[in-house]
Amino acid sequence: MDWIVAIVQGTLLGGLYALFAAGLSLIFGVMRLVNIAHGDLIVLAAYMGLSTTVMLGVHPFMALLIVMPAMAGIGYVLQRGILNRTLGDDILPPLLVTFGLSVILQNALLEAYSADPQKMNAGAIETASVPVGGLTLGVLPLLTFAIAIAVIAGLQFIFYRTSLGRAFRATSDNSDIAQLMGLNKAHVFGMAMALALAVTAIAGILLGVRTSFDPSVGGARLIFGFEAVIIGGLGNLWGTLAGGVILGVAQTIGAKVDPGWQLLAGHIAFLVVLAVRPHGLFPRVAH
Amino acid sequence: MPDHVLSLRQLDAHYGDFQALFGIDMQIAAGEVVAIIGANGAGKTTLLRSIAGLLQNKATQVTYQGKSIGALRADQVAGKGIALVPEGRQLFPSLSVAENLMIGAQTGRAGPWSLKKVYALFPILQERKDQASTTLSGGQQQMVAIGRALMANPDLILFDEISLGLAPVIIKSIYDALPDIVGGGMTAMIVEQDISKALSVSSRVYCLQEGRVSLSGGTNSVSRDDITRAYFGVEA
Amino acid sequence: MVIAALGLIVLAAAPWWAGRADLRLLGEIFLYLSLAMLWNLMAGYAGLVSVGQQAYVGFGGYMLFALTMFAGLHPIVAILAGGLLAAAISVPIAALIFRLKGAYFAIGTWVMAEVFRLSFAQVSSLGGGSGSSLPVDVVRSLAESRSGREALSYWLALGAAVVVIGCVYLFLRSNRGLALTAIRDSEVAAAGLGINIWRTKLEVYVVTSAFTAIIGGLIFLQKLRISPDAAFSVNDWTAFVIFIVVIGGIGTLEGPIIGTILFFLLRETLADLGTIYLIVLGLVAIGIMLKAPKGVWGLIRSRFDLEFFPLSYRVRTDAPNKGA
Repeated sequence: MDWIVAIVQGTLLGGLYALFAAGLSLIFGVMRLVNIAHGDLIVLAAYMGLSTTVMLGVHPFMALLIVMPAMAGIGYVLQRGILNRTLGDDILPPLLVTFGLSVILQNALLEAYSADPQKMNAGAIETASVPVGGLTLGVLPLLTFAIAIAVIAGLQFIFYRTSLGRAFRATSDNSDIAQLMGLNKAHVFGMAMALALAVTAIAGILLGVRTSFDPSVGGARLIFGFEAVIIGGLGNLWGTLAGGVILGVAQTIGAKVDPGWQLLAGHIAFLVVLAVRPHGLFPRVAH
Repeated sequence: MPDHVLSLRQLDAHYGDFQALFGIDMQIAAGEVVAIIGANGAGKTTLLRSIAGLLQNKATQVTYQGKSIGALRADQVAGKGIALVPEGRQLFPSLSVAENLMIGAQTGRAGPWSLKKVYALFPILQERKDQASTTLSGGQQQMVAIGRALMANPDLILFDEISLGLAPVIIKSIYDALPDIVGGGMTAMIVEQDISKALSVSSRVYCLQEGRVSLSGGTNSVSRDDITRAYFGVEA
Repeated sequence: MVIAALGLIVLAAAPWWAGRADLRLLGEIFLYLSLAMLWNLMAGYAGLVSVGQQAYVGFGGYMLFALTMFAGLHPIVAILAGGLLAAAISVPIAALIFRLKGAYFAIGTWVMAEVFRLSFAQVSSLGGGSGSSLPVDVVRSLAESRSGREALSYWLALGAAVVVIGCVYLFLRSNRGLALTAIRDSEVAAAGLGINIWRTKLEVYVVTSAFTAIIGGLIFLQKLRISPDAAFSVNDWTAFVIFIVVIGGIGTLEGPIIGTILFFLLRETLADLGTIYLIVLGLVAIGIMLKAPKGVWGLIRSRFDLEFFPLSYRVRTDAPNKGA
């Protein structure tokens, strides 16, 4: 019975990991860019949420109304101002620039907020639980999982049913010919990053409500997101959700065996998938 | 003196250190269908790419409807009403047939062309509208590429080697449809290796040879010999 | 050449003319220089951009402690053995992470480093999460006096730097090195020439990891204390190294040397500012990547056409050059 609880909890945790990963996956899909600072941007969103709740006295979920547009704006400016210039065949510039960005973000947050762990207060919802099929599940994890599903469904909708999504896919396929359609490549990439960081804002707020955070936790979030993407398979957002779930379950089962084993179990699951299914479990067939 | 919709003045195009076009002068009047012929590597595709903005040059080297567009980006040029049917079709693999056509309308220009009209012109595309564009035959992909350009409701449409890699029967059917395509006052430039096809639909012809204009004139007034000489650069 | 030899003699004599703190600093400089050279070989020449080399730094450090404490080996032997063990373990690791490409490979190396960190933190005989200190008798076996130990540490660091630079230089001049440059310039063309890309990259990865582990051993020999967080610190062993190479000039031999000098200049002047210093470092790295991707050495080289380590080839033509 204990094990079933662990598996279910791990599954719900996977929802959070999928949210970490969704932005990463989107950016890679549209512009082949891997943003090493992604985890730190999640943490930035959490701190933004924190400041918003403190300064305006609102519930963290209300803070989303401010943090989402703010992060989207940051994403657009970041992409058009700096990251667009790193795109190209060479993998070094985007990697090194985003790595530099990561260091800058971590230390800027350290300066602004100190290294003390922080946490946002979401009130009763944090401890509320609900009986589901004989088990008692936390409302927050359930909500997080539901939000993950909603976000992924939303992204799929944008990608496959809107002209913005067509623009993303076309520019990613062939950015020169996409220009012929009147699509400004720089703007399209900017919009993609804005969308990715809007999702990151959601991930950050949920992170900040669920657990305590400090400027240095970005790296681990990046790794979890990355592992979810690789386990699930590149180019498939629903696969990323599956990847997140597998990672979450591996971690919770590992923690049940021995609390010190939680992170290691997740990494081992990742390495096993990498060994036997290097393209992930549900990869989208590449063109 | 008819107003020229497109004017090229001393156009020099470069790819890095390599110069592909040398001092090209061309005038295209509104509603004309002009053929651009020449051997491989003569610079025909470079010419179209320069006009479309995929290759940037000096602003005044390319004038369109009175405005200097030579230095503009391709997305800016597209907004002004120039559409390119690129060499090799170059459809978007991630998009279906219908989506490829829809994205052609991204500039939002008004005009007679719509999804309905494109399907009327090429009915087979409506049958296959939800298929991945790359699963179509070469001829059908060419229809999509042409339809995609038409969806932008351009005033000037550029065709780059639309017969390349297609069976003669398919080429014929596409060229038969060309009057419907360029009817209604659209100006067109047709780059072709198939000289007879190109001449059959155009009123004027330019021949390029190693990046320079080697011949220009009305299709009815230039002789086969003139063309052969200009094509290969052989002196009489 | 003569200048280099003279410089080397002066540096070798440092224990006599430098104070204790300066000696430690010089030693640190040489160790960072070695790490930078090695990272540059992997990333700048073999195209293997790793943000996980701290795995081997820490591994080498822990092997020093483990082999001296449990196998009774002399520290220097332990350090060298650590290198060999690192080479052995790097092969299965490479087999896994080489499946990832580009930036995903980079993050994969980071994951491996995390696995190392978490694993060593579980080993209680090595101090678990809080680490351990090098036992007194092991320390004594290096040299009886403290100044003797410090001189020895320093010479080991200097020697390591010389060996690493020498090996990298000779490697790049060899056929293998040429193959590497070919791969860097165009993988497709290189494969077409029959160069086994996977094997060449594997060789570079294994050798670099081995040397990195040896440097790691030397680092923690100097520190006399190890802990998982210190051993596998991303900041200390990867971020700084990457900044050194990028700012100095990636893909050249002179670059890491210049980068190390600049880095330590910056550190000694700005280190009091703590986080601001790191922010400045990050900004400089980003600026260099965007504006001068070949680094400071790249700027110097294009201005003055210099080369301290002759590695490039010039095609002689009879007509005057059109210009770079």
